[in-house]
Amino acid sequence: MTHATIDMMHPPAPAEPGVQAYNLKLGMWVFLASEVMFFTGLIGSYVVLRFGVGEWARPGTVLNIPITALNTFLLICSSVSMVKAYAAIADGDQKGLRLWFLLTILGGAAFVGVQVYEYLHLVHSGFVPSGVRDGSELAERVASGALPAATMGLYGSTFYTMTGFHGFHVSCGVVSMIYLYIRKVLPGKYTRQDYRGVEVVGLYWHFVDLVWIILFTIVYLI
Amino acid sequence: MTSHAATAPAGHAHHDDRSFIAKYVFSTDHKIIGIQFLFLSLFFLLVGGVLAMQMRWQLGFPNQPMPGGGILPETWATDGVLLPEYYIQLVTMHGTFMVFFAIMPLLVGVYANFLIPLKIGTHDMAFPRINMASFWAAFLAGAVMLSSMFVPEGPSRAGWTMYAPLSARSDLSGVLLGQQLWCVAIILLGLSSILGSLNYITTVINNRAPGMTWFRLPLSVWSLFITAILGLLALPVLSGAGIMLLFDQTIGTHFFDTTAGGQALLWQHLFWFFGHPEVYILILPAMGMVSDIVANGSRKPIFGYHSMVFAIVGIGFLSWIVWGHHMFMSGMNPTLGSTFMVTTMIIAVPSAIKVFNWLGTMWEGNLHFHVPMLNAVGFVAMFVIGGLSGVFMAATPVDMPIHDTYFIVAHIHYVLFGGSLFALFGAITYWYPKMFGRMMNERWGKVHFWLTMLFFNLVFFPMHNLGMGGHMRRIYDPTVYDFLDPMQGLNRFISLAAFALFAVQAIFAVNFVWSLFRGRKAAANPWRDNGLEWSLPNPAPHGNWERVPTVYRGPYEFSHPQASEDFLPQHVPLPGDQEPASAKGAAQ
Repeated sequence: MTHATIDMMHPPAPAEPGVQAYNLKLGMWVFLASEVMFFTGLIGSYVVLRFGVGEWARPGTVLNIPITALNTFLLICSSVSMVKAYAAIADGDQKGLRLWFLLTILGGAAFVGVQVYEYLHLVHSGFVPSGVRDGSELAERVASGALPAATMGLYGSTFYTMTGFHGFHVSCGVVSMIYLYIRKVLPGKYTRQDYRGVEVVGLYWHFVDLVWIILFTIVYLI
Repeated sequence: MTSHAATAPAGHAHHDDRSFIAKYVFSTDHKIIGIQFLFLSLFFLLVGGVLAMQMRWQLGFPNQPMPGGGILPETWATDGVLLPEYYIQLVTMHGTFMVFFAIMPLLVGVYANFLIPLKIGTHDMAFPRINMASFWAAFLAGAVMLSSMFVPEGPSRAGWTMYAPLSARSDLSGVLLGQQLWCVAIILLGLSSILGSLNYITTVINNRAPGMTWFRLPLSVWSLFITAILGLLALPVLSGAGIMLLFDQTIGTHFFDTTAGGQALLWQHLFWFFGHPEVYILILPAMGMVSDIVANGSRKPIFGYHSMVFAIVGIGFLSWIVWGHHMFMSGMNPTLGSTFMVTTMIIAVPSAIKVFNWLGTMWEGNLHFHVPMLNAVGFVAMFVIGGLSGVFMAATPVDMPIHDTYFIVAHIHYVLFGGSLFALFGAITYWYPKMFGRMMNERWGKVHFWLTMLFFNLVFFPMHNLGMGGHMRRIYDPTVYDFLDPMQGLNRFISLAAFALFAVQAIFAVNFVWSLFRGRKAAANPWRDNGLEWSLPNPAPHGNWERVPTVYRGPYEFSHPQASEDFLPQHVPLPGDQEPASAKGAAQ
């Protein structure tokens, strides 16, 4: 069992000292830097477009804030359960890892589920990526002057693109976690000495959570 | 603990019993991936060249049937005469293929993959499977982009910069499917670059051999490292913009649709925010590899190693705050324009530092003009011309009249062809023995260099004159403008020189393929160089080293007084050299 002495939670030896993070963790941080730029591109475009036009639909007139606030709470809770999973395996607690990891998956899946429900509801009311569907309930409100006709197209474009790509990221996270749960967590492959997968997927999960808090603020609340 | 054994840094370097498919097709070996990128991008270099020849025919001989043009479909040419719609597609796809599928993968895909693990002394990339995914994403992107040439209405007609609204609205351009495929291909390419970059960055930071400190890294690795950072942060912005453009054409969003509140100018900002770091992605690796080759060909340590590193880092940083200089004519606030003018001109400082350091390296060196060295010196000379015309364009008042003229075309070709491609001809020849175990032919390499140098200048130097005369870029038929009439002779001259330039590339192609099978067998260190890659046999085995080497010095110790020869490899200790502390783990 000579391999037991290899420290998997630190950079591979022999090598010149880099940063004190093993390859996977460093790689995830680097990947997240690129993700920051991706979302900055989308969010920046939204800011530029919104400030470039006149009146925007007031918060809460098109989107359902209470449901999404609840969803936001759900996602934050799943970040907490991810931390609990990480803390459990750092102590070698397999049972705790299985419980909290599963709760994180459920939280993420529920978030995506609520978002799908929200999308269906919005599309049904007439709010689509190109703006407002003709003959819909929302179209009547636009016609009555309750919503600004000129900017609804941009509203739909930016809303669906930003929240859609966030939802895509959450979905990717949920799929990865289900994979890890079946292949690694349930068979007890993670140990006190090596729980790299939990830490790395946790980094990604917290990032996705953080992006949502920004999106919720600037898309729904402002 | 069996899961550990699989990921532990094991020494299974020479047990290579993998199947052909695992070895050469779905390979996770960084060297094979580099070679796959090499063949892919050389193919697209050829495609881009063929498109350029058709453009040059139309410009030199407007409205005359192109020889062999009869085989083109009716939608491209009537009786061999190119149609305007096809001409703009040629312009678009020439730029797209050359920038995204030829030069960028040649520099980054090929040499970041091939050189980084070999030069820093590690077994492979940090994430070999992600590396493989990066290649196949690029392959898929190339296939999608190429397929857009053959769909009804053909490929995009909006120019390689895809300015909205022409790119966003198919009712204006007349192309829908080809334009959508362009977006899909670019998103895939962005994915490929991001996966590659995160691999290169992690590998360089964490997996350097014991003793390979930051300031002992070869300049090629430094430049590839900074390039990877630029790619990592710039490509996602392009991907985001490409996604918005794709959505505008597929699900009816209005990001770039000015009739519904969208902003055409937003595309320009997003594109050039990516686009200017991209410019340095396309030149920094060339600069790094030229530094390696110039030191080798001069048999002298590189002049000003640290200033070279800081210049690379400086260029990398400045590349983020200059994108507005592509948009002086877009109607942006003149104050903002002046700011971009100043930041752009500051880039001349680190660039000049590099040029003077190359000159300082060659000064009083024991010059060996082998083929890589010739191409490297050619790079320095051409890059100076391209760099100086860049300073012209950076000045807002000068840029206004020459904007969107052939002056711009001349500039970009001096830096991308005269710069990057000459460096690549040098780099391909230089590392060919380590890739394939054989040497390329020296004599034909020299013939190729001199003829390319001659015809390159005959093609692109006169374009400065065309541009000063007001010749617009991307126009289909210069003869419809009276004021361009006096320059039609020059246009025809450029076209003839371009055909010759294209023809002499056959020398390189034949030399490359012939040497694969019949080239002289190469010694392990044919250029008598110091880099770690030359300590390996030819071609380098899977896993590189059984045990990674220990590094005792920087990579440019040529003509060292204590060495018996005029070079001193990085891994060879001199009497009195201490083992670096980080080498201790090597015993396991």
